[in-house]
Amino acid sequence: MEIHERALQPATPVGAAGDSKPTVRWFQECDKSAIAEVGGKCASLGELIAMGVRVPPGFAVTTHGCTRFLRDAGILPEIMALLKGVPADDIERLEAVSAEIRQMIESRPMTIEMEDEIAEAYRRLSVQCCLPAAPVAVRSSATAEDLPGASFAGQQDTYLWVRGADEVMHHVRRCISSLYTARAIGYRVRMGFDHEQVAISVGVQKMANAYTAGVMFTMHPANGDRSVIVIDSNFGFGESVVSGEVTPDHFVVNKVTLDIAERTVSRKEVVCTVDLKTQRCHTVEVPFERQMVQSLIDDEVTELAWMGKQIEKHYGRPMDIEWAVDKDLPAGGNIFILQARPETVWSAKAEAANAAPAAQETGATSAMQYILTGLLSGRKVS
Amino acid sequence: MKFPVPHDLKAKTIPGTEGWERMYPYQYQFVTDDPVRNQYEKETFWFYDGLHYPEPLYPFDTIWDEAWYLALSQYNNRIFMVPPVRGVDHRMINGYVYISPVPVKDGNEIGSRVPHFMERAGHYYKNWDALEAKWKVKMEATIRELEKLEIPRLPDMEAASVVTEALGESTGFHLLKAYDDLINLGIKCWQYHFEFLNLGYAAYVFFLDFMQKQFPSIPAQRVTQMISGIDVIMYQPDEELKKLAAKAVEIGVDGVLKSSSEWTVVEAGLKAHPKGMDWLGSLKLAKEPWFNVSTGTGWFHHDRSWNDQMNVPLVGIQTYIDKIRAGVSIERPTEKVRAERDRITAEYRDLITKEEDRKQFDELLGCAKTVFPYVENHLFYVEHWFHSVFWNKMREVAAILKEHGMIADVEDVWLLRRDEIKQALWDVVTAWATGVTPRGTKTWPPEIEWRKGVMEKFKAWAPPPAIGTAPEVIQEPFTIVLWGVTNKSLADWASVQEIGDPEKVSELKGFAGSPGIVEGKARVCRTVSEVGQLQEGEILVAPTTSPSWAPAFAKIGACVTDVGGVMSHAAIVCREYGMPAVVGTGHATKIIRTGMMLRVDGSSGAVSIAR
Repeated sequence: MEIHERALQPATPVGAAGDSKPTVRWFQECDKSAIAEVGGKCASLGELIAMGVRVPPGFAVTTHGCTRFLRDAGILPEIMALLKGVPADDIERLEAVSAEIRQMIESRPMTIEMEDEIAEAYRRLSVQCCLPAAPVAVRSSATAEDLPGASFAGQQDTYLWVRGADEVMHHVRRCISSLYTARAIGYRVRMGFDHEQVAISVGVQKMANAYTAGVMFTMHPANGDRSVIVIDSNFGFGESVVSGEVTPDHFVVNKVTLDIAERTVSRKEVVCTVDLKTQRCHTVEVPFERQMVQSLIDDEVTELAWMGKQIEKHYGRPMDIEWAVDKDLPAGGNIFILQARPETVWSAKAEAANAAPAAQETGATSAMQYILTGLLSGRKVS
Repeated sequence: MKFPVPHDLKAKTIPGTEGWERMYPYQYQFVTDDPVRNQYEKETFWFYDGLHYPEPLYPFDTIWDEAWYLALSQYNNRIFMVPPVRGVDHRMINGYVYISPVPVKDGNEIGSRVPHFMERAGHYYKNWDALEAKWKVKMEATIRELEKLEIPRLPDMEAASVVTEALGESTGFHLLKAYDDLINLGIKCWQYHFEFLNLGYAAYVFFLDFMQKQFPSIPAQRVTQMISGIDVIMYQPDEELKKLAAKAVEIGVDGVLKSSSEWTVVEAGLKAHPKGMDWLGSLKLAKEPWFNVSTGTGWFHHDRSWNDQMNVPLVGIQTYIDKIRAGVSIERPTEKVRAERDRITAEYRDLITKEEDRKQFDELLGCAKTVFPYVENHLFYVEHWFHSVFWNKMREVAAILKEHGMIADVEDVWLLRRDEIKQALWDVVTAWATGVTPRGTKTWPPEIEWRKGVMEKFKAWAPPPAIGTAPEVIQEPFTIVLWGVTNKSLADWASVQEIGDPEKVSELKGFAGSPGIVEGKARVCRTVSEVGQLQEGEILVAPTTSPSWAPAFAKIGACVTDVGGVMSHAAIVCREYGMPAVVGTGHATKIIRTGMMLRVDGSSGAVSIAR
């Protein structure tokens, strides 16, 4: 059954006495102004919901909530002491410090109030999904200030198919602890950022029961062509595609006309899916006869590309999108956007190119000049 | 990529055709007796001009090849001074024309040509519309002159006026002069043909080039689409058929028009019908000049015009009558095409990141849109209207040769070179003046019989798409757009050549001419006279198409051609009708047979054959 995100009621602040800043915010209550509170990922999901994109429902444990947890657990002084004087380039030392801090964070309980708030939000999410304990994905959602770039965000933690309030809480703590990966610590030291000032939010989102999932770029990642949308897909959860475990099926769609220009079906040897006995996410081998089956049918490719085009239009820049096709829902309403963030590699290049004085700035904007230049340089036919 | 050495190919003379070289101008031969020329020919890349010549050339028909050999080359090389390219060189094997663009190799020379090119081509680009209007005046005057040209029969006794008006010139002299005038009008017409064409294609090619740099994955057809939907007169003959069909239904003579596939029967029926004369009046208006449209490309003597073969437009009118009766719209979806064109143009423009690139885009698009109508319209004036009249004037010359026993049949004249005809006319005229028998009466008929045999053997020969040494860079704009010669097409041609057995080919690659995917039964039509056999929804497989094929497009589901790029007729019309086309497959008509099940993917340029 489909749970429409709009059907969800806004969360009422629970037990936030003495602190008006909420611990939990539903995605649909977030927009880009909430980045400081819920991080880029969750804010972006809120934006998508507002523009009418199908997004699995969920909520963010806010930066206030996360900070309050660290404060109430009384471990901040210890953490700061451990971090004092850590050199940015001593990898071994960074790793050791990171491990100790993370162990510390992950083993401390939350306050009763905070546990109640998160558990209540999770309960409501499950009710909305008509499930006793909705499987969720728990992800860290970094705030812009401490992000060295989107690629860094990918290093932060994602936990799939988490079920039950205790499990959710446990993984929220693990995400909070990802503030202190060796890489994050090293980065802050190098950049001179204050460890105390950094904040993190954690997203808790209903997992799409993905038949097929993957990523989509609203430009060609290989050549920066903005007139195409490139989609990589595999059966199961998108993690097999994101992690590079498989060579996914590959589609290039014309952004303007939504024609499928290229269609490469690859041999997909593994998928990432849930083990129904253990209720854990795991990687399994694909039966030989299914390996060469196209994991996303043409109609889905086109619909997905259309969604990508709308999302790009909303943000006004090329986007990097994670998506899934839910196996429990009928076609036409079963493609979900799990995440959307600005594409950074080509966008940075384009900005650099725009900032730098153009190399061929010889005023050659007339058609004649262009034709002449073209004739003189010749046309390598390929 | 390996292509045959031209001289090796030529050395394998088809038995029974020895001496065929004398049927064509001597400079068209690949040679072995001149080491310098021989070396040049070996190192050069020659591709078969199947776009214009899906069949071997008759000796007389070589006239248009000579005409454009001169005209294209002179405009590139001597008039506009296109910096890196000279003209396009020509050769012939077994009646098939091979061509090759000639580069300027010396960097200094290229540089010194630049300012001239900028000034001269710039003048045309800047004043395009005004100069094009002038061109129309020149061209129409040339056609009127041709229409008025009289080919005099030789009288037993000259008219008295020769004496009383002291003309001082005989009909014999006038016949020779009329033939010269006829040929010269043809050559002149082709001079005009290329006045704008090279520049027009250049504007298109570099708009395409710019877009491909901006968007490496953009299909060429999308770029072409941005300049589509503009009214061009090549659609007019077909529009006239629609109007005539609508009128027939409106005044109730549609039954008469559907009564027979023979125009003469239908015409008699119309004359007997009370409303028939009304309709015939409309027909008369439509015929001038629109029924001068050729049933072929206009390049060959056997491409008769609608005026010559009224059964062809009749089939078209009948098709449209059926559509109207069935309540199906026969209008080209022009508004829809334009709206889609504008949407695509705007979306691509918005995707250009840099402001100056957007400016460049506007400039190049504007230029391409300015030149596009000429690129299409010249075809009607030259290849159709002028040529249709020209071929019939030549038939008048042939009738005189026949009258004097030089040829057995009017249609034999095409087996003679244009300079041989001049010789033969001298023979006739001097013999007529003198009162003796022309020598040619005994020499030409057997030679013509032999040449007919040679032509049959040539027709059975399959010319390889390319010979010689493939280049790295192709700069000549025509080569790219019109013939669609790219390394990709060469590789595809080479691979089919390697398979050898046409029974085993299950996929053909060509250019994505018009987007979409359609499956259906193939109907191979080698000439327009076969389009009457087309059934609703079939896939037309043709060597190439021309405007007189237009009614066929109202019936078919998709189109596949042997030759042509994204600017070829089939691609343009299919885009207008919104149906898939794969063009420039090289071999489709040789590999596909009528009745085969095909899947035409006009977005990727692939044709799959169900085996």
